[in-house]
Amino acid sequence: MATAAITAEREHYLNKEYGIRSWLLTTDHKRIALLYLMSITFFFFVGGFFALLIRLELLTPAGDLVQADTYNKLFTMHGMVMVFFFLIPSIPAVLGNFLVPMMIGAKDLAFPRINLLSWYLYIIAGLMMLHCIVTGGVDTGWTFYTPFSTAFANTKVIEAGLAIFVAGFSSILTGLNFVVTIHRMRAPGLTWSRLPLFIWAHYATSIIQLLGTPVLAITLVLVVFERLFGLGIFDPTRGGDPLLFQHLFWFYSHPAVYIMILPSMGVVAEIVPCFSRKRIFGYKAIALSSIAIAVFGFLVWAHHMFVAGISLYSAMIFSILSYLVAVPSAIKVFNWTATMYKGSISFSTPMLYAFGFIGLFTMGGLTGLFLAALGIDVHVTDTYFVVAHFHYIMVGGAVMGYLGGMHFWWPKISGRMYPEAWGRLAALIVFLGFNLTFFPQFVLGYMGMPRRYWQYPAEFQVLNVMSTAGSTILAVGYILPMVYFLWSMRYGKIADDNPWGAAGLEWKTASPPPTFNFEEMPEVTWEAYNYDEIPAPVEVSLER
Amino acid sequence: MSDSPVVVEQHHGPELRHHFATVEQQRDASSLGMWLFLATEIMFFGGMFCAYLIYRLNYYNEFAAGSRSLDITLGTVNTIVLICSSLTVALGVRAAQMGKQKLLVILLLLTIVFGFAFLGIKGIEWYDKYKEHHIPGATFNADDIVHEYPQIHIDQSHEQIYFSLYFAMTGLHALHMIIGIGIFAFLTYEALKGKYGPQYNTPIEIGGLYWHFVDIIWIYLFPLLYLIDRKPLR
Amino acid sequence: MFDNFPLWPARASTGAGNVDALYVFLVLLATFMSVAIFIMIAIFAIRYRRQHNRHAEQIEGSTALEITWSVIPLGIFMVIFVWGALIYFQERTPPQGATEIYVVAKQWMWKIEHPEGQREINELHVPVGRDIKLIMTSQDVIHSFYIPAFRIKQDVLPGRYTTEWFRATKPGVYHLFCAEYCGTQHSGMIGQIVVMEPAQYQAWLTGGAASGSLAANGQSIFLQLGCSTCHRMDTQGRGPNLAGVFGKPVQLEDGRTVIADENYVRESILSPSAKVVSGFKPIMPVFQGLVSEDQLTALVEYVKSLSPQQSGAAGTPSLKPAGTRSEKE
Repeated sequence: MATAAITAEREHYLNKEYGIRSWLLTTDHKRIALLYLMSITFFFFVGGFFALLIRLELLTPAGDLVQADTYNKLFTMHGMVMVFFFLIPSIPAVLGNFLVPMMIGAKDLAFPRINLLSWYLYIIAGLMMLHCIVTGGVDTGWTFYTPFSTAFANTKVIEAGLAIFVAGFSSILTGLNFVVTIHRMRAPGLTWSRLPLFIWAHYATSIIQLLGTPVLAITLVLVVFERLFGLGIFDPTRGGDPLLFQHLFWFYSHPAVYIMILPSMGVVAEIVPCFSRKRIFGYKAIALSSIAIAVFGFLVWAHHMFVAGISLYSAMIFSILSYLVAVPSAIKVFNWTATMYKGSISFSTPMLYAFGFIGLFTMGGLTGLFLAALGIDVHVTDTYFVVAHFHYIMVGGAVMGYLGGMHFWWPKISGRMYPEAWGRLAALIVFLGFNLTFFPQFVLGYMGMPRRYWQYPAEFQVLNVMSTAGSTILAVGYILPMVYFLWSMRYGKIADDNPWGAAGLEWKTASPPPTFNFEEMPEVTWEAYNYDEIPAPVEVSLER
Repeated sequence: MSDSPVVVEQHHGPELRHHFATVEQQRDASSLGMWLFLATEIMFFGGMFCAYLIYRLNYYNEFAAGSRSLDITLGTVNTIVLICSSLTVALGVRAAQMGKQKLLVILLLLTIVFGFAFLGIKGIEWYDKYKEHHIPGATFNADDIVHEYPQIHIDQSHEQIYFSLYFAMTGLHALHMIIGIGIFAFLTYEALKGKYGPQYNTPIEIGGLYWHFVDIIWIYLFPLLYLIDRKPLR
Repeated sequence: MFDNFPLWPARASTGAGNVDALYVFLVLLATFMSVAIFIMIAIFAIRYRRQHNRHAEQIEGSTALEITWSVIPLGIFMVIFVWGALIYFQERTPPQGATEIYVVAKQWMWKIEHPEGQREINELHVPVGRDIKLIMTSQDVIHSFYIPAFRIKQDVLPGRYTTEWFRATKPGVYHLFCAEYCGTQHSGMIGQIVVMEPAQYQAWLTGGAASGSLAANGQSIFLQLGCSTCHRMDTQGRGPNLAGVFGKPVQLEDGRTVIADENYVRESILSPSAKVVSGFKPIMPVFQGLVSEDQLTALVEYVKSLSPQQSGAAGTPSLKPAGTRSEKE
């Protein structure tokens, strides 16, 4: 394969042009993906910093680290930053942007300039949010419940709401770009049933982004208007209804959680076959389950409102629908596991993250069953049980999927290998730190500790201390990849076109790819995951 | 779902962007993109329509009374203005397809004129509401409506919700109109440069789609806001 | 259970055990499923590791398996759903004859009023073995009345009443938490539920300086505000006679029929034109802004007291909790 000398001189998307203008005005989807990578990593650490402060405060029952108002701002901004500025963009904006055109044999997304616009909107939104944070912050909770947010909070609700509105626009445009690209720009011979499952997952995600985000947008607009002009749409003292806000808010925010998890499911569906040297088990089931999750995900929002004052019968309907939406996720877990049967398993870092994902997502998903059970939800809603549940899915699931994907495609993106031993170590640290942080929170929740509590009764302290200890370990696990990825860009082993021996069009071109992705546009005559035809790679060594 | 055909060197104008294989692919992609964007706009306005629906069911009297306080003549004129503007848009697309550049430019300009007419009339209506103290907020006062219907009890906070939704919905619609006018100004400028013709008129087509959509939103807003109950009073 | 490392709060109500039973079932199910997946992955990963198994066998899939592992989980989920729904149904259907206690939430305290007139702040004294129904509203933002030991929670909303009920089974002192974020002192809006033996409870009730029962208070407000001018105890009044009204269906001007529950009475005071009784004109003055939450509570209790055996059986046969203004939610 290519030697270091030849690769160093070959033109590719990173060295084609230098200078800040060539980056800030790029329309190359791969460069835009890297722009996003830098920005979302920044916001991940901002949100993570808030999380650390929260956990430090919760080391002791008394509120003794920060003031109550500050604490309320911390958890609000942790939520807003992590949800809107990290999780929602993460995989689609970084890995999706980079890979979707390549996986379907296209030169770029359908609308490259709109792709760049998406990034600028994200940056504008991010700056607005940062400004909001440093000039006082917001303390409504990321959920903005009324009438607190419209008539009682005296923090920067309007600015935060507008920042998220702009970020939502960015998300909508990304989704739009992906849907059109996947429909119209597939290479000849690439039928729907030959698409990688990563594409199916992003397609489903994009549908949700397109149809759900606008509802959040209008809801935030109405909240902003209400606050600015003293309207009463959500305020009972002025003829309005606070539950209307909750319905409108959750109509987006529930599907939003599927925006956050589906892409990482797509990542896992690429990693597991590669490191099992086997085609995926149940391709059709996994593809269709992504679509099913997207559709059913729109039908369950009021399971966040079982004790909010909705009618008994509404609650029952939403409960049963919530169980239906759990089925496709279960199907995926079984299919991924079955893929490993009689495979040829390698334990490279991406596969370790995939194992972690499957295990932790399973636990998080199973605890969703608890919450969908009406009788149980009454007790555990608004407690740490819910906090644990969604962190298992978001962090144990989505973030691990994201890290797994970053490691898997890092050679393609950068042309370098990350150091495998450090990769495996970091994966292990993340897994252990994560469980220590969040498992105790299930117990805390059932014990009755409510969420968003700055101070708490002494009997909850032991579990809180465990959780905080775990969070420090988790933080180390997250910092390590930052460090060694950066290190690898200079000192990492030069990567081959296909170091993992993976299936997929993106591996049929150089690492890093040329600006227009392929020297010659491919024509696809094979099924996805044709691992019977691809020889296994040389096992990636643990040195370096 | 058409896949792109095997790429063959094609004669194409400068309008073919390099990441597309053919002009057809580019046009299909642009068209699909605009339809999807309009779907998001439906969801965007949909949230407000949902709020409207719920409050109208619960506060029918106030909504009906508020509706009657709007000027139905101006509203009808505006509806006709917008429908005419959609006609000029449709004719413009056709003119572009037939290569009639001068006609295209005239039609685009007419569309913009209609757009401004709509906004002007809307401005007059809003000014009337301002004079009548029907703008929600600190200055809101619906005493006039209360006195107009002595036989029905009008709750002013409910009335304010009607007007909140009225201004939110017509306001966002007007914002979309302004953006539409901007888009059409750009299209007119490009048309003057001779950019559009039978071989390439996609921007006119998708700009037209956007304009038609904004028109259709109004077609819904008009009866919902103006025509709640115009039966003669008993 | 495990005193030094408890996994759940005390069980102090009739409902708590039911909730815990489902919880234990779910914990076992989740543990079983998680362990099963972990073990499968571990077995496959080790048995088929690359050094041991160079060649992978390409298996497309299996429709039979897909169906099996879709249908079986779905079946299990339906069992869980029904079980959970049954518990919820009981939780949201207060029994007849329950003692009603009013709760008014405000940033950042709980104000509690017993029908006998006893008032408390951040504490709720109740007797063991009696059905207690809480009728709750907020003066400002949304709060939530959460008693972990009883496994119950209900959001408390401004502008309407919501309810929850329980029957305590064990004397003791239990946590009361606000469970809906409500601002600065959200985590300080906590208190105690004090469950006492019936005799002790009686003693406690009569011990305090009771300022008259809630209903008696309500009656004096009723007179004071001039309600009795129109709502006379005969058929001559310009407003309906309120005797015997509470808890019964009322026919409205616009043809609808509603049940006269707490929300109806409250709404009729604050926004009288919303539901005008058939045969009457919409001339009742609006009392929004002229009565406080506490006065509203007292007035509602008074109207209730005008119906025989109605105190404690509010909003009877209909299954909607008194907290629903409309079924749309």
